Amino acid sequence: MENVVNHSSNTKPTPSSSPSGGPKGGFFSLKNQDKLHLTAIKSLAVFVIGLLITLLILLLKQAWPAVTEFGVEFITSDWWNPVEDQFGGLSFIVGTVLTSIIAIIIAAPVSIGVALLMTEVLPERAGKTIGLFVEMIAAIPSIVFGLWGLFYLAPFVRETLTPIIKSTLGFIPFFNGPSFGIGVLTASLILAIMIIPTITSLCREVFRSVPTLQREAALGLGSTRWEMIRLAVIKPSFSGIMGGIVLGLGRALGETMAVAMVIGNQPEIPKSIFSSAATMASVIANEYAEADSDLHVSALCLVGILLFGVTLIANAIARLIVWNYNRKQQG
Amino acid sequence: MKLFSLILGLLLSLTSTHAAINVNGAGASFPYPIYSKWFAEYEKSNKEVRFNYQAIGSGGGIRQLLKQTVDFGASDAPMKDKDMKKAAWPIHHIPTVLGAVAISYNVKGLDAGLKLDGTTLANMFMGKITKWNDAAIKKLNPNMSLPNKDILVVRRADGSGTTAVLSDYLSTVSSDFQKKMGRGKSLRWPTGIGAKGNDGVTNMIKQTDGAVGYIELAYAVKNNLSTVALKNKAGEFVAPSTDGVSRSAATLKDFNGDLRVSIVDAAGSGVYPISAFTYILLPVDSKNKKLVEVKKFLRWALSTGQDMAEELHYAPLPKKLVKALEGKIQ
Amino acid sequence: MNYYTWRKAKNYFFHSLLSISAVLVLIPLFLVVAYVVYKGISGLSLDFFFNTPKPVGEVGGGMVHAIMGTLYLVALGSLIAVPIGVVCGTFLSEFGDGKIAKSLRVAIDLLTGVPSIVIGIFAYILIVIPFKGFSALAGGIALSLIILPIVTRSTEEILKLVPQHIKEAGLALGLPRWKVTYFIVVKGNLKAILTGVILAISRAAGETAPLLFTAFGNRYVSTELLSPMASLPVQIYNYSISPFDDWQAQAWTGAFVLIFLILGINLTCRTFLNRKKILEKVTRQK
Repeated sequence: MENVVNHSSNTKPTPSSSPSGGPKGGFFSLKNQDKLHLTAIKSLAVFVIGLLITLLILLLKQAWPAVTEFGVEFITSDWWNPVEDQFGGLSFIVGTVLTSIIAIIIAAPVSIGVALLMTEVLPERAGKTIGLFVEMIAAIPSIVFGLWGLFYLAPFVRETLTPIIKSTLGFIPFFNGPSFGIGVLTASLILAIMIIPTITSLCREVFRSVPTLQREAALGLGSTRWEMIRLAVIKPSFSGIMGGIVLGLGRALGETMAVAMVIGNQPEIPKSIFSSAATMASVIANEYAEADSDLHVSALCLVGILLFGVTLIANAIARLIVWNYNRKQQG
Repeated sequence: MKLFSLILGLLLSLTSTHAAINVNGAGASFPYPIYSKWFAEYEKSNKEVRFNYQAIGSGGGIRQLLKQTVDFGASDAPMKDKDMKKAAWPIHHIPTVLGAVAISYNVKGLDAGLKLDGTTLANMFMGKITKWNDAAIKKLNPNMSLPNKDILVVRRADGSGTTAVLSDYLSTVSSDFQKKMGRGKSLRWPTGIGAKGNDGVTNMIKQTDGAVGYIELAYAVKNNLSTVALKNKAGEFVAPSTDGVSRSAATLKDFNGDLRVSIVDAAGSGVYPISAFTYILLPVDSKNKKLVEVKKFLRWALSTGQDMAEELHYAPLPKKLVKALEGKIQ
Repeated sequence: MNYYTWRKAKNYFFHSLLSISAVLVLIPLFLVVAYVVYKGISGLSLDFFFNTPKPVGEVGGGMVHAIMGTLYLVALGSLIAVPIGVVCGTFLSEFGDGKIAKSLRVAIDLLTGVPSIVIGIFAYILIVIPFKGFSALAGGIALSLIILPIVTRSTEEILKLVPQHIKEAGLALGLPRWKVTYFIVVKGNLKAILTGVILAISRAAGETAPLLFTAFGNRYVSTELLSPMASLPVQIYNYSISPFDDWQAQAWTGAFVLIFLILGINLTCRTFLNRKKILEKVTRQK
């Protein structure tokens, strides 16, 4: 420790530690140095806050013409027609929410399973190795998932998955219809893969925080390992798991590239799980730099704000759940 | 941190080695194959200038030009008067070549040489004909075996001049299409999937069994995609070719007026009905010194460049038009 | 079947379900990585690393412009975001009670939640339109907005772990608080902070959406701050949706290089700076 201190005071003759100001009194007194420093970093903080406010204001300003032109109709109408300058964003909202929810339905059980396997079943070493693999998924850029989805997953969905789904669930209209591999299902699958790490890592944290004593008590009462997991691990962590799932949802909502490449970009409420659709993020990626009319640009900006809002709500709910859970744990 | 500054420093030190003039352009993907070839060839003899052309779509070309984020734009759909007024300076439309919008398909069990007429095509794109063995298609192709497969319409997701040309044609031949869809760079499509750029549409057709879409001829030829022979005004079924395009262009008589003209569904024998000019959008802005380089390039493109068109599956401009243009870009 | 065997069977059943879920997670990871390696490795050549693209449809050319562009943009983004992020994180952990600190925390949380495509729009309005041109600067700023919240939060979490008595020891030596903060608290945890920084950077390196209409694209190696600039993810995107086989092959090779770059950074970070607590804290942020 002493070493560090000496080192610092020797090598850093900043103006504030210059001979003119002693430790007592003067402009560069310790107190003033700290005051100065605090003012400096506070202004930096204010700058960052200001940046966020600027972001919101600029977005709102550009979106305003669309707000005044369409009002509430923007989120109740699915009529997106650049020729007539008519814009309604409902189909994108539906597309985003639908793909994200299907992704959650696929990803949540798998993620919880993996997290349980890592914390409860496998020896620590093996659990860590699997954990590392899961983290690797999080590190793969979304463009790579998109590339893979376009050339590998889409044909797979078209040729293998579609017949299976149609022959088992085909009697429900939502699971029937023409399938070309590009559409809601493929996008949801890609999203599911991408959010597994998010859910898994939060669930792992939650399971780890369950006291060992609780597990031992369950085992001591003669329960099997699975009964122990169900009673002593899953049950008390239920709300924590929910938090993880909603956080995963937040991630899925904002995903852009991978989805834009495999969803088909059709501004329409999808009729079946195989039909093409569009999400809020994908329509911005496709049309923002290319839109002609000012109203079109403005509408896209409004879609961006809505997307931000939806993600924000999801994240806030996740935080609330986790916060509640932590409080219960401690209290 | 040191590492980053080191990297950045290294990168910056490279700057000094190139002192070229960078000209930025953006727009249509329709002529991208020939433009990229032209730029590459042109730079071989003009090392001091570098053209960075990004094929983001005609809509993007116009928008970014108006926002002044690029030096020149490119589009196959001429700008509307409304948009021209928004610009800070007058904008010249300089045609560079002509191209055909080919209707390409990829259907297993369906041979090349499918014949269609405008109305049938419009109905396919409007989602009214959903199967490849529909009676309307059968009637035009009595001798072909048509599979019982779903039709997937692949169209543009971005603002596109190719879309504008196609919708211009379909609106001309089908009043139904004109009423429901209209003309424009982006339409409200009732069916199908959207892909980005001529690139994206071609790729999607190539990948998907049952797909049909509209792309520039060069993309269809280079990727060995089957193309539809379309019925023209004279009643002939004509497959897309540079010859069919040139014949369409030959119907143009006035070379000195407004060059924002449509040549779709032209009358005459051998005419391919969906042909179009593609334009470079040149602002008249004396403050931008880079435009001198663009003009120099354009003069080259209108002379030497025209000879390369044919082998890249574009039709060269009519000679009279080239003459008229030379005056315009002095 | 008596009750005991029933319970045992159930136990086995659920254990196998858990194992299956692990397999389900690992299969896509394996498939993605294997497919990228299989398709991408054959395209690795000197041409790829040292050449710019050929005209449409012609075979050959490379991605040097995109690789350089990504390095430049990421470096630029980090240069802007890392110092601010570290200072903000320090501020939050050391002086985190005031009104400003609380609003900063909310702002950083919000910023973390902004979808990357929306950040792209922001940078377009903020930089591209006023400067009249797509530019590396706009791309760098977009990336910095992605790096900033991650660095801030990881720094805050790490510094919160520093025991109080260390700070008190420093103060007792008569040092001003800012010196204690930077030369004892921050310096002592530099390695951990750096881990967070590197993970943030590796995430930014793979981002496509914020660069689409900011850094845009360029056919050449460019090093000018105010010119458009190519980047590996955007180039992969453009090539992957193209119909030309050679370009698609290059997209795979590009993806291979990108994954190699990012996973490389990640794994190195994990093995060399493997201090358990830190990593847990840092990775939780994601």
